[in-house]
Amino acid sequence: MSKGFTPSPATPAVITANDLRQGHCVWMRDGGWTADPREADLFEDEAIADLALLDALSQGNIVVGPYLAEARRGPDGRPEPTHFREAFRRRGPSNYFHGKQAEFAQSEVEASNV
Amino acid sequence: MFDARPQHNEYLRHRAQQFRQQVERRLNGSLTEDEFRPLRLMNGVYLQLHAYMLRVAIPYGTISPDQMRTLALLAKKWDKGYGHWTTRQNIQFNWPKLVDIPDMLDALADVGLHAIQTSGNTIRNVTTDAFAGAAADEVADPRPYAELLRQWSTDHGEFQFLPRKFKIAVSGGKRDRAVIAAHDIGLRLKRNEQGELGYQVWIGGGLGRTPLLGQVVREFLPEGDLLPYVEAIIATYNLSGRRDNKYKARIKITVAERGLDVMREEIEAEFERRRKVFTGVDQDLLAALKSLYAPPAFRNEPEGDYEQHRAANPAFRSWTDTNLSAHKVDGYASVTVTFKAPGATPGDASAEQMRLLADLAERYGHHDLRISHEQNVVLPHVHKSDLFAVYQELKAAGLATANAGLISDIVACPGMDYCTLATARSIPIAQDIAEHFRARGLEEEIGQFNIRISGCINACGHHHLGHIGILGLDRAGVENYQITLGGDGYDIPAIGQRAGAGFPAEEVVPAIDRVINAYLELRESPEERFIDTYRRVGVAPFKAALYPADA
Repeated sequence: MSKGFTPSPATPAVITANDLRQGHCVWMRDGGWTADPREADLFEDEAIADLALLDALSQGNIVVGPYLAEARRGPDGRPEPTHFREAFRRRGPSNYFHGKQAEFAQSEVEASNV
Repeated sequence: MFDARPQHNEYLRHRAQQFRQQVERRLNGSLTEDEFRPLRLMNGVYLQLHAYMLRVAIPYGTISPDQMRTLALLAKKWDKGYGHWTTRQNIQFNWPKLVDIPDMLDALADVGLHAIQTSGNTIRNVTTDAFAGAAADEVADPRPYAELLRQWSTDHGEFQFLPRKFKIAVSGGKRDRAVIAAHDIGLRLKRNEQGELGYQVWIGGGLGRTPLLGQVVREFLPEGDLLPYVEAIIATYNLSGRRDNKYKARIKITVAERGLDVMREEIEAEFERRRKVFTGVDQDLLAALKSLYAPPAFRNEPEGDYEQHRAANPAFRSWTDTNLSAHKVDGYASVTVTFKAPGATPGDASAEQMRLLADLAERYGHHDLRISHEQNVVLPHVHKSDLFAVYQELKAAGLATANAGLISDIVACPGMDYCTLATARSIPIAQDIAEHFRARGLEEEIGQFNIRISGCINACGHHHLGHIGILGLDRAGVENYQITLGGDGYDIPAIGQRAGAGFPAEEVVPAIDRVINAYLELRESPEERFIDTYRRVGVAPFKAALYPADA
């Protein structure tokens, strides 16, 4: 879990949690939640991030354990993880091709079929 | 006392129903997560990295074919087709949805299984020797005692809020195969000079961030005094164990801080008081449990063409050399089915594999299956005339890897691939090591070798007890692995010594390779195991091999 950093343009953050009903990892987007970390909102301002986290914490009927995780802005402008733990949460386990990586593979197949 | 055997499972249905209502109240907003968390943990439900995890107790690792098929059903219907044998003889399902878990608990209750006290600061699943009731060196079958402890400890009102979790192991063999010295309470069945059965009682062992071996608090406890004495130990700990600091709350710290003699004095005084309360109902129950675990109707038959198959089939011979254990009955052997095939995740079993094992246990194994703390499955009673048939069926299912007790029979926790507490991954390290030594063709040459890997300091992979232990840590945002040497969980219990600075993931296999090369050069004969060589020559040559630049 990322700790000891303040969201800023140099050290942006995402808000992430687990889905209450199903348990999978989710990320905050527009005050709601997405299962796709590439769609997550990047917070570069401490006060806005804190308010968003309060909002996330108030959604205990939807998610469990929301927290700020350090991220960076990737070349395409989308958030990328800075720590391997967050990278594993985005990707899924390394011993099987299931979890998030399988979902993404599926969504990319579907996207390319559109 | 609580009794969860299949014929008495109304209570389990009741508990499952209770949990169903708790989940409903969580989902409709009546319960917050803070309120719900202890309730789900009481039912073995954790929230892990990618999903919820359900840990199901397999009492002292003993499981029937029907129960095994139910685990397969859970894996297939509500998970991703597999489960994970743990180092505490339990099974974990890595992908259940919270909304499905009540149905899973109902299915478990139908066969007398449950997830009660697989979490929380309670007395956890009692563990024992996977070869109980079969091993040739057995003083007495530990299962009736383990079952007595299980029934007594489940929902024991006094012990639901202990300072910290509490683990009891019972061992019945002359050789300890239940890691007695690494438990809060360890019980070794023994006979005194008069030939009476009883227990050598150990307390204060545990791994985790402060690894300590247990100490003998009572050299001989008569058989009939088990429950009052264990109750006295836990009652003493319940009062004097620290509740101010989670990391100092296990009984190992209580014993270390207060001293064994002080603890013993208090335990004995409490024992005197408690023994008067026990009216003998526990002994009646124990007698009934002994008949429940009476030996099956063993066949008195010749070994058939077992030796001919061994002579004709080198792969079968190799498997029989490594994966069989001596049985107390002539003509029988215990079979270890390792879940450590090349590239496999240590301890992961597919639903199909579980069903096959259930079938094999019915056809060839007197309906008996065990989960070992090495994350393997044991068919404790197989007649030698059936071994070739069992082998062929296992082989077809990818379960006939001839590596029990060898370097690729690695114990590993789920690590950061699943666990939210982990600081690094364990599974890929285990896979890399196993594949490396298989590729070098050195496994049989190296002989008995025990590698254990934990993905964090909590030590679920029992790394302290590995001949080589590996501990995964987060060093400045990069996975880093500390190596310990000289641990032993069997003959002479020993906590491994940290060798020095940790290694990045890609340097772990070369580092272990250097240790193995040093061992092969140093050993006096192929029969001298690594741990024997280590004890003979000390840590220095192995440290030099690990850190050649420092030498």
